[in-house]
Amino acid sequence: MILKFAAADVAPEKRAVFQSLGIPPDVTVPAHIEELYGEGSRLLEKTTAPVGIIADISIDDFEAVYGGEGLNDRDSVVGDVFPNAERLALFAVTLGGDTPRAITDGFESKDFALASMLDALASESADLTAEIAERRYEGHLREGGWGGSDGGVLRYSPGYCGWNVTGQKKLFQYLQPEQIGLTLTDSCLMQPLKSVSGVIIAGPKPIHRFKPTYSFCSTCETHACRERLLALRNR
Amino acid sequence: MDVLAEIAKAIIDGNHQRVGELTGQVIEEGVAPKSILDDGLIAGMDVVGERFRVHEIFLPDVLMAAKAMYAGMDQLRPLLIKEGIPSLGKIVIGTVQGDLHDIGKNLVGIMLKGAGFEVVDLGHDVAPEKMVETAKEQQIPVIGMSALLTTTMPMMREVIQRLKDEKLDGDIKTVVGGAPVTKAFARDIGADAYGFDAANSVGVVKRLSGVV
Repeated sequence: MILKFAAADVAPEKRAVFQSLGIPPDVTVPAHIEELYGEGSRLLEKTTAPVGIIADISIDDFEAVYGGEGLNDRDSVVGDVFPNAERLALFAVTLGGDTPRAITDGFESKDFALASMLDALASESADLTAEIAERRYEGHLREGGWGGSDGGVLRYSPGYCGWNVTGQKKLFQYLQPEQIGLTLTDSCLMQPLKSVSGVIIAGPKPIHRFKPTYSFCSTCETHACRERLLALRNR
Repeated sequence: MDVLAEIAKAIIDGNHQRVGELTGQVIEEGVAPKSILDDGLIAGMDVVGERFRVHEIFLPDVLMAAKAMYAGMDQLRPLLIKEGIPSLGKIVIGTVQGDLHDIGKNLVGIMLKGAGFEVVDLGHDVAPEKMVETAKEQQIPVIGMSALLTTTMPMMREVIQRLKDEKLDGDIKTVVGGAPVTKAFARDIGADAYGFDAANSVGVVKRLSGVV
């Protein structure tokens, strides 16, 4: 199923953008950076064309997709979670090609600050688009009677938490996101750049466990899992 | 305030128009290009770099300052070349083969130019042989590599192996960076240095170039 998004729906939250640029949340942002954010936001809205694709997948089929090229970590989050899933869907979203081009053009014309701001906005926007896709899938499941108060839905992407980035190869073969203009290079780079792919897993909330002792946890710089788990528990 | 100090202040303020005007003015007045560079442009960027390092200012400020620096350098560069004034050093940079991410590399390039380096930017998806040949032919002593995919990080090892095979590893140093790249990985592949981020890499490249 093709997912459509309005540019306004995927406008990222300001603080998240500033944080990604290294500006801590407790700092008063100077006026000139706020202006730059405004200019970047207008450029993002002008250039972005967000679109997505989503498809249900069985646990057995996902096992084959997840197995990928055999390069996943032996213990991984998705590896532990998906066998307990009640429903699964593969997804991919993209902001389209014009925004990455605008970023490149900005750097080439030496408008570095604006290009960097647009890059930060686009990265947050791509993540937000993926989150909206996840929420829509959850909404679709709940309309069909799934979930109740204990149901939890979270997305996971190749390249994180033990799921090797080469996992995108089988994911792309199954999902065929070329339908929305999204392709994968031999080195597993999605094009256009501001894109997100992965699996959405629905099941009882406790299945979404993040042990802090996976081998990759010690080198993780964000530990974004903690925030995501907290958000899931509070939904 | 003398005009060179005003140029430095305009750099710190990120005022590219003012830097352009003042640089043109001092060139007209016959101020030595090296003085304009050292006491105007680089002096300003040094302050910016230090303030960024201690988190007084942030990346957008650095990039506005860089744009201002370029407004001055674009006028100064032909004069520096004419007078045979060398840069602080030279470096080849590129995102490795198979990888199209270039924001991090661009930021490193901007910071290095701001510090006075001559940067040969090969862009993205750069084959290992091209990195090595460019450094060899242009006698550039440092190669900086960026990768944002775990699948493309092995290309860094290939560049370093090529340098070893051609017995160039003594003359050409390597620095690697990018989100999935770690200090341990850099050590494992035999890189001479690890660049944690764009700000940190200036100091790293200065050290590799023997400037500090």
